Amino acid sequence: MQYQSQAVAKLYFIGAIALFIGQILFGLILGLQYVVGDFLFPEIPFNVARMVHTNLLIVWLLMGFMGAAYYLVPEESGRELFSPFLAKLMFWVFLIAGALTVVGYLAVPYATLAEMTGNGLLPTMGREFLEQPTITKIGIVVVALAFIYNVGMTVLTGRKTVVNIVLMTGLVGLAVLFLFSFYNPDNLVLDKYYWWWVVHLWVEGVWELIMASILAFVLIKTTGVDREVIEKWLYVIIAMALITGIIGTGHHYYWIGTPGYWLWLGSVFSALEPLPFFVMVLFAFNVINRRKREHPNKATVLWAMGTAVMAFLGAGVWGFMHTLAPVNYYTHGTQLTAAHGHMAFYGAYAMVVMTIISYAVPIMRGQQAKSNGKQVMEMWSFWLMTVSMVFITLFLTGAGILQTYLQRYTDAPQAFMVVQEKVSLFYWMREVSGVVFLVGVILFALSFLPDRKEQEA
Amino acid sequence: MQEVFTKSMARNIYYGGSMFFVLLFLVLTFDTMQTLPERDNRQNITAQVADGKRLWEENNCIGCHTLLGEGAYFAPELGNVYQRFGQNKEAIKAFIKSRPAEGVAGRRSMPQFNFTEEQLDNIVEFLKYSSEIDTNNWPPNIQG
Repeated sequence: MQYQSQAVAKLYFIGAIALFIGQILFGLILGLQYVVGDFLFPEIPFNVARMVHTNLLIVWLLMGFMGAAYYLVPEESGRELFSPFLAKLMFWVFLIAGALTVVGYLAVPYATLAEMTGNGLLPTMGREFLEQPTITKIGIVVVALAFIYNVGMTVLTGRKTVVNIVLMTGLVGLAVLFLFSFYNPDNLVLDKYYWWWVVHLWVEGVWELIMASILAFVLIKTTGVDREVIEKWLYVIIAMALITGIIGTGHHYYWIGTPGYWLWLGSVFSALEPLPFFVMVLFAFNVINRRKREHPNKATVLWAMGTAVMAFLGAGVWGFMHTLAPVNYYTHGTQLTAAHGHMAFYGAYAMVVMTIISYAVPIMRGQQAKSNGKQVMEMWSFWLMTVSMVFITLFLTGAGILQTYLQRYTDAPQAFMVVQEKVSLFYWMREVSGVVFLVGVILFALSFLPDRKEQEA
Repeated sequence: MQEVFTKSMARNIYYGGSMFFVLLFLVLTFDTMQTLPERDNRQNITAQVADGKRLWEENNCIGCHTLLGEGAYFAPELGNVYQRFGQNKEAIKAFIKSRPAEGVAGRRSMPQFNFTEEQLDNIVEFLKYSSEIDTNNWPPNIQG
């Protein structure tokens, strides 16, 4: 580690992995509720478990992004972090606020939580992914501002590399777009229209900048390929991500009351959305093939390649599958959406966070890489998670296709719950894959525990 | 090697391209806002509908149901539930009221929210308003 202050990232990485495990546990509860409807009812109804599942995902990814920034920004800027103290303080604020929110979801009915936190004064709650009480949302804004100030001051007074600048643009965009979560008009169409400014423009916009810059950083470090080459790729990837992704928001405007031209615009631009991910695959493989040295951390290189491939499959291919308006007309809001969501989030964002953790944590311990045994364990975790995620996606796709046919496409459409029972075999298989995934996550965490042999030596 | 495509070209595509599409998106948003009044059924947003939307949110209905296809996929689509229930407001209210507090053994079931009559009326008004938004004919059929 070049700079002392990079060590604050470790806190964020530990927090991220812990919350990730929590996210998967709640995922398993949800998966079981799909087939055993009364599991944990009425103590933890489905909607509560789902809020915990998705909110933990968002929080652990944000923590991972922040950890990544705290690790790579000082190194790229060529100076210590502006304020390590502020970074540590904000970690605890974020963690405690997040934990209290989850406790709130679990301990009291959501309506009580809304009342306790004054949702009546400024209603922002109860919208998918934005279920956080208004005070938590304000807390997120405070943490984000402190974080951007801290990282921003480091970049401003240090060396400005392309990786740094792209990461900063992504982070600022993330904070600015989050402000739309405070806008919740009575008009459902307006509500949904601007809700997507947070959700889509995060996931298919600014987060892609963050992801691409983290990946570029790791590839610079592990391959020794010329920075100029990698930066050019980075520009191309993020240019395509924004060029396709901004108007690509249109694929969410098909059926919420907006004008018909969004059917065309959304279809055309979102059909192009796989392109940046395809270029990312070319980029990762090209750069790794042209590597100038063998980095001892083989697990990290595996994660980096895996991120590119799985992001392309999940975000690119599975997204494309039902993004064209005539197809989406039948598949909108079915299990196909869930299939795409799972693989896209895992491939693009979960994996990139694991890539940087895999790279940075051994270095923070003063080694280039972990012991061979621990690396093998980590690679097992990679394959367990990745393969089981492929199966989760395939099973949900199967469920989604059947659901679409039986409920929407056939001449004698059947009721939602009738169809759900007919596809339950897929849900069972998804649940089994989920258990394997959990084993993978736990192995990942274990692979970072200090080696007994090293401790004795 | 000769550099045909340079880094500064890539950078310009990034800045120029994203700037262009951000502006285009804002123009389209402006145009959408102009045409929404004809499609979004805003003339029917009464105090009752607004209160119904708040109840919809404060009970996290979206955590199980979809509304216009967005939300969770655990329970039926509600954007057209008003039509599915034969435009019968009382039937929707009766359904919500009849949910057993302890659930149904082995099956998915909706929690009992203990709404007042007035709250039930407002929720139904909200669902009716939602069902009359011009959604380009989505969902494909009455089953949602």
